[in-house]
Amino acid sequence: MIINHPILGPRDAQEFIYLGDAALIDRPDWQADNAAEAFHDYLYLRDNPAGQHRELWFHEQGDRSWLVVTRNTVTHDILNVELARDVARARGRSK
Amino acid sequence: MHRLKAITPLGGTSPQIDRFDGLVISENVDRALASVAARQGQDVACSAAVLDQLRLPLPKPGKWSVEAAYMAWWMGPDLWMVDADHTDHELLAVNVKRAVGGTGSVAEQTDGWCRFDVSGVRVLDVLERLCNLNLRAGEAGDAHRAVIEHLGCFVLCLETGRKYAVIGPRSSAGSLHHALLTTAQSVI
Repeated sequence: MIINHPILGPRDAQEFIYLGDAALIDRPDWQADNAAEAFHDYLYLRDNPAGQHRELWFHEQGDRSWLVVTRNTVTHDILNVELARDVARARGRSK
Repeated sequence: MHRLKAITPLGGTSPQIDRFDGLVISENVDRALASVAARQGQDVACSAAVLDQLRLPLPKPGKWSVEAAYMAWWMGPDLWMVDADHTDHELLAVNVKRAVGGTGSVAEQTDGWCRFDVSGVRVLDVLERLCNLNLRAGEAGDAHRAVIEHLGCFVLCLETGRKYAVIGPRSSAGSLHHALLTTAQSVI
């Protein structure tokens, strides 16, 4: 499998490590009233779609960047690759 | 008073050089290293500070650059390694930190790495068996990280198809050297 790195171009998947669902970027507010429930869901509940899935991958043996890879779990097609920091910033995560 | 003697990453008192037909693998122990990470939102200011103070243009992704005494390669987004002659720049990290000020974080890296300069007409035959970089499609000025013998190493193309620097973790210098030697022996 080849992952088309947004900065470095096509790189072999063996250079990468898989973390999990890209929803992990959306960490709940620990000060919210329902924080316990939100963290339960954040930690334990995952969608397991047969089809398009957004995932976090780490380019460990490359430039050490975190990526959000949109992948079809049925066909293994990689549809889009973005830098995770760009995704997080677009959601107002970075200060 | 301690009477300490510096040793090379391979444990010798002088750099090791291995010669093959069309290939030379030489341990390069004369480089000082310091990493520079631009702080969040300061990448332009950090690059400008290095250019202004050290006259060194920080390279684009996948590249290395050189200017007079300093050289740098790209390691990741907003992250570079600066390299200079160790004898002349033993305090490289201090000098780089002075140059970037609050725009970047600098870490001394000199003793974290070992470097082997691999050169000769057979160099690509050896490196293509060791890592999955497409070095034959590359050119002088390329700098990439790759896995060699399970180690995260930087491979810098110094002369297209002729001379490369392999920079790996110092604590595994023996393993990296062994991989280079055994591959060279099997190829040549």
